[in-house]
Amino acid sequence: MVNLSVNLGNLRLQNPVLTASGTFGYGEEYSDFVNLDRLGGFIVKGTTLNPRQGNDYPRMVETPSGMINAVGLQNKGVDYFVEHIYPRLTRYKSEIIVNVSGATIADYQATAERLAPLDRINAIEVNISCPNVKAGGMAFGTTCDGAAEVTAAMRRVWGRHLMVKLSPNVTSIADIARAVQDAGADSVSLINTVLAMAVDVEHRRPYLSTITGGLSGPAVRPIAVRMVWQVAKAVSIPVVGLGGITCGRDALEFIMAGASAVQVGTYNFVDPSTSERVVGEIEAWCERHGVADIAEIRGII
Amino acid sequence: MPRLSDFTIKSAVSLTPDYGLIVLEAADGGVIAEMRPGQFVQVKVPGVDDVMLRRPISVHDYDGRTLSLLVRRAGRATTRLLQMRQGECLSIVGPLGNGFTIADGEKPVKALLVGGGVGVAPLLYLGRKLKEAGHAVEFLLGARSKADLLRIADFEAIAPCHISTDDGSCGTPGLVTQNPVICGDYDIIYCCGPAPMMKAVAAIARANDVACEVSLENMMACGIGACLCCVEKTVKGNVCVCTEGPVFNINQLTW
Repeated sequence: MVNLSVNLGNLRLQNPVLTASGTFGYGEEYSDFVNLDRLGGFIVKGTTLNPRQGNDYPRMVETPSGMINAVGLQNKGVDYFVEHIYPRLTRYKSEIIVNVSGATIADYQATAERLAPLDRINAIEVNISCPNVKAGGMAFGTTCDGAAEVTAAMRRVWGRHLMVKLSPNVTSIADIARAVQDAGADSVSLINTVLAMAVDVEHRRPYLSTITGGLSGPAVRPIAVRMVWQVAKAVSIPVVGLGGITCGRDALEFIMAGASAVQVGTYNFVDPSTSERVVGEIEAWCERHGVADIAEIRGII
Repeated sequence: MPRLSDFTIKSAVSLTPDYGLIVLEAADGGVIAEMRPGQFVQVKVPGVDDVMLRRPISVHDYDGRTLSLLVRRAGRATTRLLQMRQGECLSIVGPLGNGFTIADGEKPVKALLVGGGVGVAPLLYLGRKLKEAGHAVEFLLGARSKADLLRIADFEAIAPCHISTDDGSCGTPGLVTQNPVICGDYDIIYCCGPAPMMKAVAAIARANDVACEVSLENMMACGIGACLCCVEKTVKGNVCVCTEGPVFNINQLTW
């Protein structure tokens, strides 16, 4: 029996596998394919204070071993989540983490305040790294001052676990991670999507309505593993790794590079059972290698 | 309820250089979960190195033991799919989406099923189900030329077929929207084809006060309403084509 449980500071997970925001809906979309209770937790899609329609279609283009999206945080707003979605999610045993985004710091704070009364939400993930919105999003996450300002503001209104999701579209992600840690974050998750672009040469125009979007999928995994390794060396708070995870082997790359937990993202679209499968494959790897506790291999590189 | 499961290719037949018919059965030999006309499946095409996402393909035919897909060569994944042979395995998620509305047969309707190109794919099964429910069915099928018409004999076995070809090599010359049949006395038009064709058919249906359902094929990633990539602007705002569609009544759309 392998001990897969992990503590992200004050957040205990039964195993290190989470699902990435924006790729897993509200979890229930996957209940036909995954036993959600088998996951460490699931991170519901980017939630904002007010409803958002997102960007115009087309919002997605497939690229080699990946895809570029420009959804633009379409969601029904935090009040809808609190009233209509949250009550349905409380039946699941694994951790429910809400990804929060905003155009202003006051928006971020107000959204967190609406979530505060929900006793099953033990953590929020602060999105300071969405490349697909005009205001807020990545604008906060690409400078140390901006990232620290949002984190500190959220720390003032949110007492439970505060995970901050970092953008790879920066010169030194380790510097940003340190700034976020010093501002009071309990953990950092990385990477959000890589700013990218693709052109339809037959029609001589960009594939996306927004021209640029965010690249995800296996194509970004080596970049993500490198950044997780750099950040894990730079901070003392737990690191959550994501970027192109398709199987247990991929997840273990991140863990050996220093991640305490991982998120499965884009590959949920390809194989909707990926998240649960990754849990089983990590466990099987540990058994095969005589590893009794996942902590034995964390950050060994 | 959609499932993730493996299918085996029972037969794979080339219809034209760009179209093929693939008949699948459950890899375990069992009964296939019910699929309705207008629903689709997400197919993982193996052996195309860096193609990651599944390909959404509409249910062409279904009978409990087999699922048929009518596939058009569009890119590398569908090219590979058309090369696959009997006995090979495919991973499929489905059935997905809502499907066409089939009214209660106690009030029989007169339906025109309009398809263009690979858009004829969902209409064969739809036509059969409408007939079974007691409705009157006619097909209006369009293609570039006679050589591009797909499975005409099979459509004719179900209901009368009106044909339009761009070059006039079969049926009425021109587009389906130029075929006088489209302004006939119908209660409902079901339509699947390229977006400009569907928009033109929708405009005619609206002008003639005929109900109309269209099947959209927006670019999809997940197929289950999680990624929000395939959205269509509707009177309710942006909605996922994969879960709220792919079939829409034209009154829901902003066309």
